[in-house]
Amino acid sequence: MNINATLLGQTIMFAMFVWFCMKIVWPPIIGALDARKKLIADGLAAGERGKHDLELAAKRSAEVLREAKEKAAEIIAQGDRRASEIIEEAKLQAKAEHDRIVAAGSAEVDQEVFRAREQLRMQVSAIALAGAGKILGREIDAKAHNDLLEKLVTEI
Amino acid sequence: MSSEALTSTDYIRHHLQNLTCGLQGGHFHCAHSADEAKAMGFWALNIDTLGVSLVLGLVFLFFFRQVAKSAAQGVPSGAQNFVEWIIEFIDNSVRGSFTGRSALVAPLALTIFVWIFLMNLMDLIPVDYIPFVAEQLGASHFKVVPSTDPNATIGMAIGVFFLVIFYSIKIKGLGGFVGELTLQPFGKFGLPVNLFLEGVNLIAKPISLALRLFGNMYAGEMIFILIALLPFYVQWTLSLPWAIFHILIVTLQAFIFMTLTIVYLDMAHQEHH
Repeated sequence: MNINATLLGQTIMFAMFVWFCMKIVWPPIIGALDARKKLIADGLAAGERGKHDLELAAKRSAEVLREAKEKAAEIIAQGDRRASEIIEEAKLQAKAEHDRIVAAGSAEVDQEVFRAREQLRMQVSAIALAGAGKILGREIDAKAHNDLLEKLVTEI
Repeated sequence: MSSEALTSTDYIRHHLQNLTCGLQGGHFHCAHSADEAKAMGFWALNIDTLGVSLVLGLVFLFFFRQVAKSAAQGVPSGAQNFVEWIIEFIDNSVRGSFTGRSALVAPLALTIFVWIFLMNLMDLIPVDYIPFVAEQLGASHFKVVPSTDPNATIGMAIGVFFLVIFYSIKIKGLGGFVGELTLQPFGKFGLPVNLFLEGVNLIAKPISLALRLFGNMYAGEMIFILIALLPFYVQWTLSLPWAIFHILIVTLQAFIFMTLTIVYLDMAHQEHH
């Protein structure tokens, strides 16, 4: 247990070990530790940001939903209005059509009546002629009495 | 050891003798007794101390280097986790005690802590195992715990002492360092007294570092040796509790050496006293 050159050897060995440790052991490990620290910090920050983004997105989606609802209500109101307009228009059109048809019908009826009366007049004059012929017992010159007959027809 | 003629005193002496080798009479050989080792004077080497510390230091560096090579920032596993745990512990200790910025102090603290821890840990190997193996291999003595050899602890303390002086001069300048030694606490008229007080203060640092570690480990080793003198069937009742307690001492002494080194270097880095 005496002091000898061992202590010099130990000092040199110590210095070399410390030097190796400083050069090749410490930096990579502490670097990895720092990198991981940064990674975790970044991850946490990203998570925080994600949460924030989610909140914003939720707010935004609620807003969009509300807008869509408003728009839908507006469209429905517009549709209702348009429908009642169409109904009103249709009513007006139908009424016009109805009037037109009725007018056309009554004109036809008038024409028919007029035609039937003409016919009737002709037949009545024929009957009158036939009757008169029978009564007179002779042939009546249709041409000679045409004026009379015309007059009769007009009277009827 | 086991030879019948051996007395307790011889047994203890044998265990406390390093394998000292040196040049004697022109050729290299190893001492066979304490007297022979003493006769070799200063220029001799304790092969066991140097060998064991070298192996332990290489084990430490190799293991940590393997981890450092594959250190990834992802999820650590197994060895990397363990190494990172130690590194973070050291890093926190350095951050807590060392106020300056230095690329050296943290790796220095790591080396000191792990290396001394491993050296001290050799104390837990039963006292007769390694000397027995060494004897079979032809070595007369073998002390397996380097930190029970004052050469080892003083050697490391000298390394720390050099660093303290180096950083004192680097940070404060040669004048500042000399001024710190001579001009306080009593001003320039009390120069001799100042030099004496501050010199003692300075020298006490490496000596206390070296002797604290050496003393604790030496005492622990001595108790293991004394326990080993008891009959083998009662040894475990004492050696087991002492070994368990020693695990604490092993770690604590490594930690104290490391922390004091950090503190001394921190003091060297500070301008004011």
